[in-house]
Amino acid sequence: MAKILKREQLSELVWRFRLQAPRIAKKRKAGQFIILRPTVDGERIPLTIANGDNSQGWIEIIFQVVGKSTLMLSNLPEGGEVVDLAGPLGQPTHIENFGKALCIGGGVGIAPLYPIVKALHDAGNDVTTIIGARSSDLLLLKKEMAEVSGRLEIATDDGSAGHHGFVSDVFKKLLDDGEKYDFAIVIGPVMMMKATTGFTVTAGIKTYASLNPIMIDGTGMCGGCRVTVHGETKFACVDGPEFDAVGIDWDELAKRLNSYKSFEAKRLVGDHDCKLTGKQ
Amino acid sequence: MKRRVKKTEQYVRVPMREQDALKRGKDFEEVPFGYSEEEAIKEATRCLQCKKPVCVKGCPVFVQIPEFIDQIANGDFAGAAKTLKETNALPAVCGRVCPQEDQCELKCILGKKGDPIGIGNLERFAADWEREHGEISIPEMKPKNGKKVGIVGSGPAGLTAAGELIKEGYDVTIFEALHETGGVLAYGIPEFRLPKEIVGLEIGYLEKLGVKIEKNFIVGKTATIDELLNEEGFDAIFVASGAGLPSFMHIPGENSIGVYSANEYLTRSNLMKAFLPDAETPIMRGKRVVTIGGGNVAMDSARTALRLGADASVIVYRRSESEMPAREAEIHHAKEEGLQFNLLCNPVEILSDEQGFAKSIRCIRMELGEPDESGRRRPVPVEGSDFEIECDVVIVAIGNRPNPLIPDTTPDLEVSRWGTIVANEEDGRTSKKFVYAGGDIVTGAATVILAMGAGKNAAKSIMEDLAEN
Repeated sequence: MAKILKREQLSELVWRFRLQAPRIAKKRKAGQFIILRPTVDGERIPLTIANGDNSQGWIEIIFQVVGKSTLMLSNLPEGGEVVDLAGPLGQPTHIENFGKALCIGGGVGIAPLYPIVKALHDAGNDVTTIIGARSSDLLLLKKEMAEVSGRLEIATDDGSAGHHGFVSDVFKKLLDDGEKYDFAIVIGPVMMMKATTGFTVTAGIKTYASLNPIMIDGTGMCGGCRVTVHGETKFACVDGPEFDAVGIDWDELAKRLNSYKSFEAKRLVGDHDCKLTGKQ
Repeated sequence: MKRRVKKTEQYVRVPMREQDALKRGKDFEEVPFGYSEEEAIKEATRCLQCKKPVCVKGCPVFVQIPEFIDQIANGDFAGAAKTLKETNALPAVCGRVCPQEDQCELKCILGKKGDPIGIGNLERFAADWEREHGEISIPEMKPKNGKKVGIVGSGPAGLTAAGELIKEGYDVTIFEALHETGGVLAYGIPEFRLPKEIVGLEIGYLEKLGVKIEKNFIVGKTATIDELLNEEGFDAIFVASGAGLPSFMHIPGENSIGVYSANEYLTRSNLMKAFLPDAETPIMRGKRVVTIGGGNVAMDSARTALRLGADASVIVYRRSESEMPAREAEIHHAKEEGLQFNLLCNPVEILSDEQGFAKSIRCIRMELGEPDESGRRRPVPVEGSDFEIECDVVIVAIGNRPNPLIPDTTPDLEVSRWGTIVANEEDGRTSKKFVYAGGDIVTGAATVILAMGAGKNAAKSIMEDLAEN
């Protein structure tokens, strides 16, 4: 059981929950995740830890409603409880003073990026952060990111904030301006990560991406989260979630994320007026 | 006590009634029904009550077999259950899933001329009788000694050690990584072979004795072994974390959608209850399911697939039936239910459609060559014998490797090159003081009862070492 200390809606489908979790708050490091079950008989949901406070014993998660289980989670009240919470899981991000670090986040991927930006900043890096979303109301953690980034750039698909276009456009512009980076990390939707890491890798920057495949236990037991990196099968839960972006088989990851799409669609219909499919 | 048994009946085991094979292939109800009181007495009466019972030597936890069988023969079912529990914390589980035919029953003198006594059937009967009659006996408990023991994993090894230690006055906490207790008994073995209610009740019994269970606690992540020992006041830790990492074949197409490890497939069905129509966790209900492997886990997976609505559930195994590691009874049940067996056949590639969904598996025929290091004849591929089996789900059940979470976070714990924790088989002691290990994390994937034996041995060493301390 973990008590929901604070419940906050960040955008139409995105929520931030503060959960009482003293043990996880004590041990967690940037890049790690938790698994929770919102209710008895609920699914196990893996979510990256977005923030935490050891002295007060809480962690924060930021999640987007993408299916029935995340919808159930979003409906839990402040002061209520998630029945199961386990973690911290996965390998932490390798943090050191690289010099100039580049952090790129897209959509809800901005949330797991935040603790990494903060850790890189605290380790003495000069951090440039680029965050992007479809429109300005979907841009998460703008203020928080600004506090820990030497430079913060913004891109929106519709031009409602910052650059009108993709995060990769902003990156190319920075390169053209003569900026150089020693390290990059990219988190976001699969196709955004595929495209963006393509540019950073071509520019000769050592780049990592944080992957979010389907998983159940999060401890290496099921192998459902397997991804191919440099031709080898890896388990994202224990070997990752971050991998060297050069070697990731993005198309396989994208396909595997669609494993249960028809199942999800079927069970959402009739349950509520669906904001995901647009059907009433 | 001497009993008279007709000679003709002396050598024939009382059969256990079972659910009809065709009906049960569609539901998750337990397959064998268990003995009635009359059947149990009749079977127990066959026992020769040997003065030097060799059956006991075949049991890794040394259940007092002739004693409990004698009690059943005399109608003292509660007494039989009590006798069982003196040496075995999980009799209802063991009665169902132990490979008795390779252990106690293999040694039975009756087996020389006919059927060995049905020790497993009788164990199950006594444990079930006690549970159904609500007369759960509590063993004699020593007063609390103030020593704290942590156990990693709530599978058979961990539960057994907990049962031993709690009776002797230790303060026992089990740390379980998942949201349910039982380890492989919960996520691995399906309902139709081991009802989860029974697992829950046997664990509930340990809790009643005072065993504390912390779920959602991943030792190595939530806290390390050193933190438990140095900061949280534990005097000893028993690592029984199991063989939790599934092996894959490393053939092309293995990451296609619809290709599961047996662990994932069974976890979705058993632990996450995906077999229920309104479960939150999805599972692919394949129409043509191919399971790779010949062990009990492969049988469990293929039989689960049938119950989830497969029209065809096919076992692909690279050796022949006599080399299959699965229990004979499981192979027999699987055949009765209509599983197809493609033996001497090895997968080489999984083919998928444009969206990445598996659509067939290409296999090659094998023939048996010279014996390998396991003593079994090594299968060798027959050149040019490739063929395809159409399928929409593939389950890879070729074994598990040890989970690295604890070795990786416990620097002074010696690990073998296979990733197993190095521990003495007889006493469970590891290279690290006050840390013990047993079960699959030490042996690699093995059986429930061997894990229980290891739990028992480790508990004994812990008591010895902490008494000196």
